[in-house]
Amino acid sequence: MPHLILRVTTKMFFAPILLFALYVQFHGDYGPGGGFQAGVIFAVAFILHALCFGLEETKKALPQRALTIAMALGVMFYAGTGLATMLLGGNFLGYDALAPHSTHHEGQHYGILLVEFGVGLAVASTMLTVFYHFAGREPEIDPEDW
Amino acid sequence: MSPQEAPGLTANLLIDLSLLTLLVFVALAMLRSRHLFAVVMLSGVYSLLSASFFVSLDAVDVAFTEAAVGAGISTVLMLAGMLLTARREKPARPRRAPVALLAVAAVGTALIYASLDMPAFGDPDSPANAGVGRDYLERTPKEIAVPNVVTAVLASYRGFDTLGEVMVIFTAGVAVILLLGAGSARGGRAVTDAEEDA
Repeated sequence: MPHLILRVTTKMFFAPILLFALYVQFHGDYGPGGGFQAGVIFAVAFILHALCFGLEETKKALPQRALTIAMALGVMFYAGTGLATMLLGGNFLGYDALAPHSTHHEGQHYGILLVEFGVGLAVASTMLTVFYHFAGREPEIDPEDW
Repeated sequence: MSPQEAPGLTANLLIDLSLLTLLVFVALAMLRSRHLFAVVMLSGVYSLLSASFFVSLDAVDVAFTEAAVGAGISTVLMLAGMLLTARREKPARPRRAPVALLAVAAVGTALIYASLDMPAFGDPDSPANAGVGRDYLERTPKEIAVPNVVTAVLASYRGFDTLGEVMVIFTAGVAVILLLGAGSARGGRAVTDAEEDA
């Protein structure tokens, strides 16, 4: 069991980091940020959890199988948005087809939100997958080793 | 920044200079240190300093990525990688390599010479800003109507590129799963190093 201060700090920071990731994700049209940054920040929250409570605990909360599916889902979300615009009669990733009668390019907003969500999903799950596999090869990290 | 501002020592210039000096010192410290943990932490510091430098250049999106990926994720991954190997670098015997020194000096001189021809920072007539960059800035409010031009370029004008980037990340994840063996998605068994050797 880790030190009390580490435990309390990790618990305190975990939810705000996830919330910040969601803010960065969905506020990317208006401020700096977007899917890539949000995905990394989302993954960082779970990495912090793993560093404090151990990898096995984190894997119970978010198993590798879910991550593998999320990775593929993210890419499919992105490509699927492109296919959807094609089915609606536009070009591949031509978002204006999503809301053809809008006067202020609503379709562009929808399209950007959708593909950024796909990016975020793919990046977050891939980062965690890489972390799980690297960190998972050393079962117990001896405090002396740091 | 007002155009009348004196071209001498401004606060911005001082901040830039101190950040760049710190970057050089951190890089030198990384070269000198044999302790891998210290090197990994210093590389995180290096990323964070570059992120601050990007903020001072008004490239907030790049700075954000650098801070999250460079200082955050790669430091953790390097630490996890470091735990699988030795904690200290093998001591290297100092050798003189005149050819390498000459090559480095020549390339360095050429780069510094080339930098004299570079357009001033933020120059609207520089090749990077005059062509497609200005086009994006002018067309984004009319065609995309998204306040952050970086997002408009990334997700809409260059949506194909970004799809490619996501594919690259996906491929990297798949490669790690295949190489480091998590078993199969249907619940197959992971192979450990000991079994492979046997």
